[in-house]
Amino acid sequence: MALPVTDGEPLAGPPHAYNADLEHLEIELLLEGVYRHYGFDFRSYAFASIRRRLWKRVEGEGLRTISDLQARILHDPDAMERLLLDLSVNVTAMFRDPTFYKEFRARVIPLLRTYPFIRIWHAGCSTGEEVFSMAILLEEEGLYDRARLYATDINDVVLQRAKQGIFPLDRMQEYTDNYIKAGGTRSFSEYYTAKYDGALFSPSLTRNIVFSQHNLVTDRSFSEFHVIFCRNVLIYFDKTLQNRVHTLFYDSLVTFGVLALGSKESLKFSQYEPCYEKLSPTEKLYRKVV
Amino acid sequence: MANNGAVGYDLVVVGTSWGGLAALRTLVAGLPGDFQMAVALVQHRHKESDHLLRTLLQERTALEVCEVEDKMPLQHGRIYVAPPDYHTLVEPGHFSLSTEAPVRFSRPSIDVTFQSAADSYGHRTVGIVLTGANADGSAGLRRISDRGGMAIVQDPSTAESALMPAAAVKAVPRARVMELSDMVKFVAQLPAGDPERDER
Repeated sequence: MALPVTDGEPLAGPPHAYNADLEHLEIELLLEGVYRHYGFDFRSYAFASIRRRLWKRVEGEGLRTISDLQARILHDPDAMERLLLDLSVNVTAMFRDPTFYKEFRARVIPLLRTYPFIRIWHAGCSTGEEVFSMAILLEEEGLYDRARLYATDINDVVLQRAKQGIFPLDRMQEYTDNYIKAGGTRSFSEYYTAKYDGALFSPSLTRNIVFSQHNLVTDRSFSEFHVIFCRNVLIYFDKTLQNRVHTLFYDSLVTFGVLALGSKESLKFSQYEPCYEKLSPTEKLYRKVV
Repeated sequence: MANNGAVGYDLVVVGTSWGGLAALRTLVAGLPGDFQMAVALVQHRHKESDHLLRTLLQERTALEVCEVEDKMPLQHGRIYVAPPDYHTLVEPGHFSLSTEAPVRFSRPSIDVTFQSAADSYGHRTVGIVLTGANADGSAGLRRISDRGGMAIVQDPSTAESALMPAAAVKAVPRARVMELSDMVKFVAQLPAGDPERDER
């Protein structure tokens, strides 16, 4: 059964004669297999996105069905590694949503100045763009030497990349624009050296960053934090799992600690809304109050 | 979701790019105040565009217009605008957002929204492709049609930019091709179901 023909890009979707119940079953079986054999639990991920990514991997492997993919990843750890990248890499940018960083400077930095030592958790940091952005911001606010940033992700491959502090050179123009709009006070190019097609960020920026593997689905809290960043990570989880992770965040924040979500994420659809107050009318910055 | 017991359409998804604002304003202005389906609009726009699109549409309709946030429920009689710089995916009963890579240089991608709408709402989906200057939306409209949903395309000869509707007609030959004002009347009289019944 051939995929419907499109001009150019593959359709990333199921074959023509479609049985929704069967597709559901195949996806559930695959995710169960991944969990039981490899320990990665994607069973409570948002379904539409998982389905899209699985079909992309089916095509990438030159296969026909989700069940074919299941067989391949169970028998071939390299294929599982490729799937893991598909499922866990999210496209981000330094100073993504510049207005967010501007608000963070205006509303959160004054709160952080009152602490002798600041612990910040970047949950689901992916390739680290946001962690480096925050290190730069704290450096400019004179707070970096009393801060520690814990950058965690489920995927060790992206963590290794984050640790290197090398980002694509062809994105520096965009990041520079973001940095300026975010209220940056220096020249962005001070922070990196161009090297081949990469921009190597100053190693001194990583001096207070701890990178480690952590699984939001299965692992527990590992400290108490003053700020937790989890931007555009929870969108990949279903509502049940979102609520579980919100419990984890709530338990991991000090009283009056700050939770930062992505600009299109909201506590409104979670059971934790009453536990926080909004710190900003425009950005998703919340302070734990009870 | 088995393809039986057709009781009407739950969801209308609309995709457009160049020239889309005027077309969208006409479309929402023509929907009756008691319109019973959920309407999701995907327009290509700059990643830093603000809430202007929502405001400009709200001026033209009594139905509530909101910008999609993650896990926002789909409710009948509401108009949802896909936010810039995310993909908007349709799940049974609610939306999910994603920052996966742009598809054909677009985020939001019309195809991504349409395909997920087809997968979640099947034959209870109406897909509409309006004016636009690229071929996004064709594959998604095809999926909606393949799942038994209704495919509608703005008559390319009346569109501000014919490329997107022409590509959609080519990909979905059985799509209904109409001029905008006829399309509005046609959609307004389609039988409605209930987009919230599938929440899970």
